[in-house]
Amino acid sequence: MTISEPQTPKIPQGLGKKVLPYALLSPAVLVTLTIVFFPMIQAVWMSFHDYVLFRPKDISFVGLKNFITAFNDEVFWISLRHTIVWIGITVPAQLFLGLCTALLLNQKFFWRPIARALIIIPWALPSVVIALMWVWIYDSNYGILNDLLLRANILKTAIPWLADPDTALYAIILTLTWQGFPFFAVMILAGLQSIPTSYYEAASIDGASNFRQFWHITLPGISGVVFTAVLLRIIWVANSIDVIFVMTGGGPGYATYTLPLYAFIKARTGLDFGYGSAIAVLFAIMLLSVVAIYLRRVSRDIS
Amino acid sequence: MMVKKHSQLRRIVFIHLPMLAIVAFALGPYLWMVATSVTKESLLFTEGPSFSGMTIENYLRLFKTVGFHKNLVHSLIIACGTVVVGLTLSVTAAYAFSRFSFRGQKILLLQFLLINMFPIVLLILPLFILMKNLGLIDTHLGLIIANSTIAIPFSVWMMTSYINGIPKSLDEAAMTDGCTRVGAMWRVVLPLCVPGIIATGIYIFITAWNEYLYALTLGGRNVRPITVAIQTLIGEYQVEWGLLTAGGIVGAMPATILFLIVQKRLVSGLTQGAVKG
Repeated sequence: MTISEPQTPKIPQGLGKKVLPYALLSPAVLVTLTIVFFPMIQAVWMSFHDYVLFRPKDISFVGLKNFITAFNDEVFWISLRHTIVWIGITVPAQLFLGLCTALLLNQKFFWRPIARALIIIPWALPSVVIALMWVWIYDSNYGILNDLLLRANILKTAIPWLADPDTALYAIILTLTWQGFPFFAVMILAGLQSIPTSYYEAASIDGASNFRQFWHITLPGISGVVFTAVLLRIIWVANSIDVIFVMTGGGPGYATYTLPLYAFIKARTGLDFGYGSAIAVLFAIMLLSVVAIYLRRVSRDIS
Repeated sequence: MMVKKHSQLRRIVFIHLPMLAIVAFALGPYLWMVATSVTKESLLFTEGPSFSGMTIENYLRLFKTVGFHKNLVHSLIIACGTVVVGLTLSVTAAYAFSRFSFRGQKILLLQFLLINMFPIVLLILPLFILMKNLGLIDTHLGLIIANSTIAIPFSVWMMTSYINGIPKSLDEAAMTDGCTRVGAMWRVVLPLCVPGIIATGIYIFITAWNEYLYALTLGGRNVRPITVAIQTLIGEYQVEWGLLTAGGIVGAMPATILFLIVQKRLVSGLTQGAVKG
């Protein structure tokens, strides 16, 4: 196959150089504007309207009514509290487990490659499958968790983990911890491997103990990666509703409602898109501070 | 001799055992699901799941009576479509970000990152209305478009970092040899990007395959991807855990295998912070 250079008419060099990057970018930017930014503006617009899906003729501007309703809505506050508990336990738990895993994977042992590949499995599975799997694990009659705890004499009677309002949220938190800790492990491991070994050699010559090496070399060396990972994880865990939705659908009662889930359920079952959007907007505003910190960090790096 | 034995013991206690515990924690639930799926339904509640006396009866039922293969095809079409859309739109954009400096570059690059940070609920409600107005509810195209909201930003970032790793001098050499800018991109940079394109494509495939909320909201009777099919199984076959777990294994299989293949390359994209989930 011969390739013949098409004789394109020469665009004046300066102008072509200026326009070309925008031309190359425009398809991606236009598509994201259409399918992401335009819909998001519409969501904000909806939040100021009485927008119920089965009454498409009857959409009226109601100002801040949806937001005021939210502030007077008990379920809104319950969901907000759960969201805070949800992030406040899940992210640190993932971080702790991920850090331990990364420190172990940074040692030399013969089955390290296998361990590293296997650790990632939870992260690769679809959330629906994860939810299904853990519902089965938590099953009150035949689930393995009750079985193990009964056999170890830790429990006297089986606990219906997901049907009990006191345990349901924490049971799902454990599931999400399981799903997300490999992310921390992989990221922290990358951070660990970027620390020059000469630092440790110098430290051991100076007689620093293992703990002091960890404290003065390892921790400062990975702090940047850890901070970035925590920000990303807060955002992601906060947004994550698929596992909860499949495992409990928010129940029993409102025991496992988080804010985005509440917005989703409001719109999905109540078809109240106005109110659902209002909750989603409020939630996005709360998350914005974390997003802003993250974007600042990234923009500092790309400059 | 004593010292060596001692340190051997230390390694077992401080490295091998904890690592084994973590691997068991990571893998245990999955293995438990595998064991359940190969246990005869009649034995499941009397003897419990076990690998002895393995049966594929659950898997056969999954395809014969439940019709799982149709859902697999739907997921395949959607995931491949998303890969095509995501890659075609992002490769040229990534080239522009990597090779030019222009007004608004940083903002434009950051806006792609911003997209993935926003709550999916905020997007899912207006997208539903948009698709309804366009008549795209319950179509493959509708779900491909929806999944592209995740795929495009991700692949722009991933490809930009990949192209950054290809020396600029190659483009310049091509251009002094008479190639145009676009020619240099097409003939020199693009062929060198193939490994990056493949990794990005595979990651898009996995995300689109595993996606659930869009599939649930924008799918329907005609187009029901595998994730929704699994969730429907939970409702329909409540206590038939053998069948349910078999569905889970089959549904997770393509993504799991692909993930293990590309996991190393993904780390670079990860540390760039572009990966969601």
